[in-house]
Amino acid sequence: MGKVTGFLEFPRQGPKHRPVSVRLRDWHEVYQPQSDEEIAEQGARCMDCGIPFCMQGCPLGNRIPEFNDRVHHFQWAIAAEQLFDTNNFPEFTGRLCPAPCESACVLGIGSDPVTIERLEYEVAEHAFTNGLAVSSPTPRESGRRVAVVGSGPAGLAAAAQLRSVGHGVSVFERNDAIGGLLRYGIPEFKMEKAVLDRRLEVMRNDGVEFFTGVTVGRSGTSLAALQRDFDAVLLAVGATRPRLIPVPGAELDGVYPAMTYLEESNRAVTCGLAPAISARDRRVIILGGGDTGADCLGTVHRQGAASVTQIEIMDRPPMDRPVEEPWPTMARIFKTSPAHDEGGERRFSTETLEFGGRGHVDSIVLRDHLTKETVTFPADLVLIAAGFLGPELDDLELSGEDFLTSRSTLSVAHDWRVRALAGASPVFACGDAVRGQSLIVWAIAEGRSAAASIDTHLSGRESPLGAPVEPYALSW
Amino acid sequence: MTKNLYDPTFEHDACGVGLVADLTGQATNATILDALTILENLEHRGATGSDVDSGDGAGILIQMPDAFIRTIFGPTVPARGDYGVANWMVPRELNLECARTTIDEVFSSVGLSSAGWREVPVNSTLLGPTSRDSEPLFVQQLIVRSPVQGAPDIERALYCARKVLEHSLDIYASSCSSKVLIYKGMLSSPQLRHYFSDLGDVGLQSAIAIVHSRFSTNVLPRWDLAQPFRYIAHNGEINTIRGNRNWMTARETTIESDVLPLSVRSLTPIITANMSDSASFDEVVELLVHSGRSLPHAILMMIPEAWERSSAMSPDRRAFYRYHAGLMEPWDGPASVTFCDGNVAGAVLDRNGLRPARYWVTKDHRVILASEVGVLPIEASNIERKGRLQPGRVFLVDIEQGRIIEDEELKATLAAQAPYAEWLERHQISLDTIEAPTTLTPEHGSIVRQQKSFGYSEEDLRLIIRHMAQVGEEPIGSMGSDTRLPVLSTMPRSIFDYFTQLFAQVTNPPLDAIREELVTSTRVVIGGEENLLRESEEHCHQIVLASPVLSVHELVKIRYIDEQPGVEGFRTAAIDGLFMAQGPLSAAERLAHALKEVEDEVVAQVRAGVNIVILSDRGTSPSHAAIPSLLLASAVHHRLVAEHLRTNAALIIEAGDVREVHHVALLLGFGASAVCPYLAYESIDALIDEGELNELTAYEARYQYGKTLNKGVVKVMSKMGVSTVASYVGSQLFEPVGLSDDVLGRYFPGFHSRLGGATLERLARDVLRWHASAFAPEAGARVEITNHGEYQWRRDGELHLFNPRTVQKLQHATREKRFDLFKEYTSLVDEQSSGKLTLRSLLSLVPSASPRPLEEVESVASIVKRFSTGAMSYGSISEEAHTTLAVAMNRLGAKSNTGEGGEDEERFDTSNPRENTRSAIKQVASGRFGVTSRYLVNADDLQIKIAQGAKPGEGGQLPGSKVYSWIAKTRHSTTGVGLISPPPHHDIYSIEDLKQLIYDLKCANDEARVHVKLVSEQGVGTIAAGVAKAHADVILISGHDGGTGAAPLTSLKHAGTPWELGLAEAHQTLAANGLRSRVVLQTDGQLKTGRDVIIAALLGAEEFGFATAPLVVSGCVMMRVCHLDTCPVGIATQNPKLRERFTGKPEFVENFFEFIAQEVREYLSLLGARTLDELIGDVSKLSVTPLNDPTNDLDLSALLVLVEPDQRHQGSKQDHGLDGALDWVFLSDAVSAATKGTPYRYATPVRNVNRAVGTLTGSAITRALGARTLNDDLVQIDLCGSAGQSLGAFIPAGVTLRLRGDANDYAGKGLSGGRIVIRPDDGASFASDENVIAGNVTGYGATSGEIFISGVVGERCAVRNSGATIVVEGTGDHAGEYMTGGVVVILGNVGRNLAAGMSGGSIYLYDPDAQVHDHLSAGVYEIELLESEDDERLRALLERFRDETGSKKAARILNEWRSERMNFVRIETSEYQRIRDEAKGG
Repeated sequence: MGKVTGFLEFPRQGPKHRPVSVRLRDWHEVYQPQSDEEIAEQGARCMDCGIPFCMQGCPLGNRIPEFNDRVHHFQWAIAAEQLFDTNNFPEFTGRLCPAPCESACVLGIGSDPVTIERLEYEVAEHAFTNGLAVSSPTPRESGRRVAVVGSGPAGLAAAAQLRSVGHGVSVFERNDAIGGLLRYGIPEFKMEKAVLDRRLEVMRNDGVEFFTGVTVGRSGTSLAALQRDFDAVLLAVGATRPRLIPVPGAELDGVYPAMTYLEESNRAVTCGLAPAISARDRRVIILGGGDTGADCLGTVHRQGAASVTQIEIMDRPPMDRPVEEPWPTMARIFKTSPAHDEGGERRFSTETLEFGGRGHVDSIVLRDHLTKETVTFPADLVLIAAGFLGPELDDLELSGEDFLTSRSTLSVAHDWRVRALAGASPVFACGDAVRGQSLIVWAIAEGRSAAASIDTHLSGRESPLGAPVEPYALSW
Repeated sequence: MTKNLYDPTFEHDACGVGLVADLTGQATNATILDALTILENLEHRGATGSDVDSGDGAGILIQMPDAFIRTIFGPTVPARGDYGVANWMVPRELNLECARTTIDEVFSSVGLSSAGWREVPVNSTLLGPTSRDSEPLFVQQLIVRSPVQGAPDIERALYCARKVLEHSLDIYASSCSSKVLIYKGMLSSPQLRHYFSDLGDVGLQSAIAIVHSRFSTNVLPRWDLAQPFRYIAHNGEINTIRGNRNWMTARETTIESDVLPLSVRSLTPIITANMSDSASFDEVVELLVHSGRSLPHAILMMIPEAWERSSAMSPDRRAFYRYHAGLMEPWDGPASVTFCDGNVAGAVLDRNGLRPARYWVTKDHRVILASEVGVLPIEASNIERKGRLQPGRVFLVDIEQGRIIEDEELKATLAAQAPYAEWLERHQISLDTIEAPTTLTPEHGSIVRQQKSFGYSEEDLRLIIRHMAQVGEEPIGSMGSDTRLPVLSTMPRSIFDYFTQLFAQVTNPPLDAIREELVTSTRVVIGGEENLLRESEEHCHQIVLASPVLSVHELVKIRYIDEQPGVEGFRTAAIDGLFMAQGPLSAAERLAHALKEVEDEVVAQVRAGVNIVILSDRGTSPSHAAIPSLLLASAVHHRLVAEHLRTNAALIIEAGDVREVHHVALLLGFGASAVCPYLAYESIDALIDEGELNELTAYEARYQYGKTLNKGVVKVMSKMGVSTVASYVGSQLFEPVGLSDDVLGRYFPGFHSRLGGATLERLARDVLRWHASAFAPEAGARVEITNHGEYQWRRDGELHLFNPRTVQKLQHATREKRFDLFKEYTSLVDEQSSGKLTLRSLLSLVPSASPRPLEEVESVASIVKRFSTGAMSYGSISEEAHTTLAVAMNRLGAKSNTGEGGEDEERFDTSNPRENTRSAIKQVASGRFGVTSRYLVNADDLQIKIAQGAKPGEGGQLPGSKVYSWIAKTRHSTTGVGLISPPPHHDIYSIEDLKQLIYDLKCANDEARVHVKLVSEQGVGTIAAGVAKAHADVILISGHDGGTGAAPLTSLKHAGTPWELGLAEAHQTLAANGLRSRVVLQTDGQLKTGRDVIIAALLGAEEFGFATAPLVVSGCVMMRVCHLDTCPVGIATQNPKLRERFTGKPEFVENFFEFIAQEVREYLSLLGARTLDELIGDVSKLSVTPLNDPTNDLDLSALLVLVEPDQRHQGSKQDHGLDGALDWVFLSDAVSAATKGTPYRYATPVRNVNRAVGTLTGSAITRALGARTLNDDLVQIDLCGSAGQSLGAFIPAGVTLRLRGDANDYAGKGLSGGRIVIRPDDGASFASDENVIAGNVTGYGATSGEIFISGVVGERCAVRNSGATIVVEGTGDHAGEYMTGGVVVILGNVGRNLAAGMSGGSIYLYDPDAQVHDHLSAGVYEIELLESEDDERLRALLERFRDETGSKKAARILNEWRSERMNFVRIETSEYQRIRDEAKGG
């Protein structure tokens, strides 16, 4: 499908970035739109493989060859039908997913993969702008009710799925707005909040109920109460305990977990206020070279930092795939995100020895473990983006060993039920709370899979809902 | 007997035949002696089994030897013609005395009485143990008219009595006639005359004698299957036999004859059970003859020539055939039938003419006809003419008239017997001439719901239906099928999927329905049938359909035919095929109930006079689901057969589940006359609405789709060698895989389940799952069509053995040489097996109580020697990929396979063992690309590819886009011009032909083993037995799931069976015949792990082939685009840009095979064996895993039949009989002369038993010279006489064979630079350009050299010539077929279908009457007069031809060259010219 010789004729062409000087002055998304013709040509690069590895690479099992072909033929409606059938939120993943599908794309052997993620984005955006169906048709009410705790991508995906088969769904969020990391973790320049709001509007119209400011077990009702009030409970509470860096000076002012900083700046952008923690004119150090680090980096740039250095403890990844991580796995290779193009310095193989300062941080002592050299940098703001340790389970009273895996995540059975938990209704869990910190696409996939299991439980027959993954599944 | 996989109904035979007749009608002993001599000279066409003194069968038919009978039975014998003699075969255990009472009673019931008995003297001591164990008693009985009754027609009375007796007693009469006497038995040809001492009696006299020598694949010894039968001796095979037998059974109650002394009903069954196809044919011939038709009339009814597309045929003759086509379907298949009723004798060839039949008429009025020339020495000066039987032609000798009746005259006489044309004009209606009423408007309401209820997949819509409607061709795919068998699938599957198409291999050839379209016909006649044994104008009151695929429009016409003004006598009934979707009973019971109701209704309607029944599944609803149309068709068909109503009405199917070619083919095969796939048509409309079909109107798209289905059906038929739809209907040429006996026994009688499988409950539930998804979808379930992932992997679709995980793990493991990862890969594959993807997944290994320590087990290095890579041609895959495999296999001491694309000569250099790119196995396939003497010499194994797992029964195609210059060079063809491999090898039309090719190849390289590659299907064991008898060294049984560079999806999915079945059947059948120890068995087809190898070994394989897996190791990611030349990993492509992306290395492939061997070692240890040899065929180490599914009784225990230890593997070598070759007389002198470069000349007489003359010498010279070549004519061999088959096969440059006399089939096969000159014997007085002096398929696959023949040659001259120059004085049909290069000059008559499928080279035709267009095949040709440059070249060539052959014709033309040159036309394809001109230009 696509075009048989398309991959030989057209080079990979993703969207162009807006110029750095322009984009640093606002919070809008980084990419410029592509023309429909250009998109269709990129769709033609799909080789319609006998084994579409992309489909395996994608935790959701998106029908990538199918929608690539439709995109090539400008059949946006059918493409959207195919896409929404496996992915509740392609408008999110089209912006935020690191695209394991593209790592697995067969064209990526010896050439550049198809711009699958961008095509997904385009299909989703065409669906919204052209008024195509972005939600499932109104179902017959089942009369059963499910409580979903947590409104990140896993919880939202599960909610949408459960609603689509007629269950009543109530989503409880501890923060003041729905969306979890999507709301306050992802900076505006990666995904504008309007995109999230647009989706929530659809879900509300479909009949999903949202409750904010409810911390189950603390500020609101207890888990046991939910179990009594609902026919099933799903915990999609994420893995929000930040990993900190326990070195001298870690308690100083000006040293923050990345998420604290990002949440503040996101809130500020949304409300049009000055952020409580600002990088303006500061010398900023970001500890952590991952995606969260890059999110901090872009935010820092936009806030007008004096300087910024991103520190990564690991060695600089290779430019090409290492042999031990062969195609089609998602190999750890050197990546540059748009935020890196916007400025700042990157250091690898560098560990943090100490934060200096009195009351407020003013310097950081680092050691390059390759050269064994120790250096001191001035620092006014230190953001720690060193990952997450697991879900916060104290309020839910699930932090006992019986409930946990060795990775401090919730232990679930094959059907996503939290092990060792009694109560009126069964409790299920999915997303980062089960898996540990991971990709948005895994969160959606787990949300969908858990929803299918809940539906099976509620209806007493095999659920027609898609269940793309099993707990702890690896894509390869 | 233990349940095993052998079934005697699978048997095949083929043979040599001979006829001698004295036109003067004088009965002599000489005629009989001559016939016996012919028989002995045809011995090489027959066969013996493991027991060399037990022949397959030989026999002779003679006129009633009146004088001899009188000496035996004394003076009381009445006048000639007033008595009959029966030659009984009586089983030894039968009490003849008791039986005699019955015999006397029966004869008296027809007005005859017994007048004498005699035990026929035989010499049993000649017999081998197999023959002797079953030797019957031979008793001769004299029968005379009974005095009390009148004067019955004695011949008819004898017939009736014999028929009744054979049914009531366990006896068999070789003959029972007043006119002929037959001696036959399970004998070898030379044994016949010594076994029956009567045949040595000089008093035995006849003017006609027919002899037959049988080559059978049979297992159980049978004396009664020796030939001749009562009227015929048959060389060939009736492919449509199942259908023909069924139709005859169906007719039994409607036929009656008033000339027979008994009613037909008392003679039934007309077709005796458990006889051969030839025997059944004979039984119908005799019925037709005894009920009043002449013998030639009966024969032509059953084997009509190809009249349907012959525009040149006279109207009367066409009418004769058209009329009879409404009475009886053709008995289709390769046939050379010799026949005799005591007064006339003759022979006929079927429409394809695939069997040789040559004849001579002598000046002393004798006629000799045989499968070969030279079988009887005749003085050259005595020969009046030499001819050959042509396709569809009859040759008749009328002894009473004392003359030969030519084909034209005979057919004209028959055609004038009745006003057939008038009758047809009055009664037969063509559907095209009928106006369609405008009544039926198909509803378009919910197309998706309909599609879902019939189980449509996105692939059905887009890959299949859309492609067919858009392109007008069947979709093509590549790589093998690696999905589950339907019986193992957990997804709902259609019953269509449980049947696989049968295909011809070895014992009969598949047809080339595209290039040889002229013999095919899709015409179908519907309406009731009248009494076969009479003739009247009402017999043709029928409707003719041009195609069995009906448009909705056409169906409406038929539905309302009785409302047509002026059309009378047809009544149509439409009956719904639906069953209750819900209800109190089980799904199977509801389905069975509904089927019963439909059957009853049909029976009632037909009894009430309906003669067209439409079975329709329209009208599915929430409460009613569709009965699978195949079940519906077969159930009704067989019920009507059982009720003896079948021939009263035609069945037409209107079905929603029909969407691909396979479906239509199945419905026809199980009794439908026509099919209307209405939902597929409506789906096309929907696709158009969605913009999925470019620039086509609904009408055009539907038309293209229907036409493609029709074409596809012809293709499916042709795989089995069937040419006409009329004989395909009801022929049941399918094999069920995984259906239980409750389904087969009830709805598909005649089939029994070898393994069990899906029950009716399972089938019904699957339908209901689809039905529910359409009519009661779960909330949240998709309403659109999903992709079932059958052709391309989909995560939510059907399981595939190769999927992202297994491919990734395999590549990772072999690239990094990590056995731990490899174990992860194999456990994924084998675990998938425990998820039941394959038959072998249902077998478990039985671990030994005393496992053997791993270090005691045979080494990896020793095990890998049993491995080979599959045949993948250079051309379909890149040089990089091809040489990577070769280097790896050579390093391991294993074998790689060239595939059928030849091999670059540079690769024959083996001086660097680390980088040795020479393929150890050289394949010889039907295209013969690059099959030269050097190619053959540079092989360890020579593999004859009879069939390929992905597309058995089909040829291949390399698209022009992949024929880059380097490919063209290796294949001896033209850059950019597509290449075709024909479906059949044109030198293998039968088992004896295969035997000949094996002999030829053995002569071309006497150090190589010869493989024969077969594909698993039912009966493959019997074929394998035949192949072993034909002296193959290795038999390869390929699974249906093997890979391909391009094959129609229909074939990829629906032909052949898994290797587990074929291997076990072959192993068991070979062992039962004592033949297993003569051959090595190899298997391939999706072998992927050590477990696969060990299971194959336990089932009987000694060697193992892998193709897909080593490709994956080399970087293949199963793109399945090999046919598109866009392989992105540089494997299945020739595009230099893409080839740069190739990442494979020989080391990876070595790692793979070593890992597999390592796993095999681990299993050996587990099973307590030290070597693989100990375990070959030891099925006791396997057990069957039960499925525990009440709806599936699949049981593989029939695979696990333990055979005798000495028959579990090869124990001895074949005797190829090379010692007897004529070449040895001159070989060593010729070779030493050749190496020295000194000329050598030798003269010798030659006989037809001297086969492949020159080939051994040629190969020895090629081997001695290496890359050097000789000058022309350095070694010259002068021959005189009749040369055996394959004269000068593969001879290299420098070798010249000059023959005075004549040659048999396959002269100059594979000519590799040598020269062959054939001219008539000096004493011959006949005109060379009117007489046949060389047989069929001359110069097949020649790559260079010259063939000059001063005389006419048979059919298919210069097929696949790619470089030789061939000059002949006339040819039969299909000359120059598939030619890709070289020059052919034809100075005389040329048959039909000239240059079919030709893609290169030039044909010069001497065409003074400007008739070239009547002969030329359809295609794009440039026909031009000579240009100045070829004028000179042609003239020089003809001068040499004249000088070499003494051709008078050439001399005459050259004398008047100035004017005669204008009578030549040059035929080339425009594509070839364009590319040649481009090459010249720049």
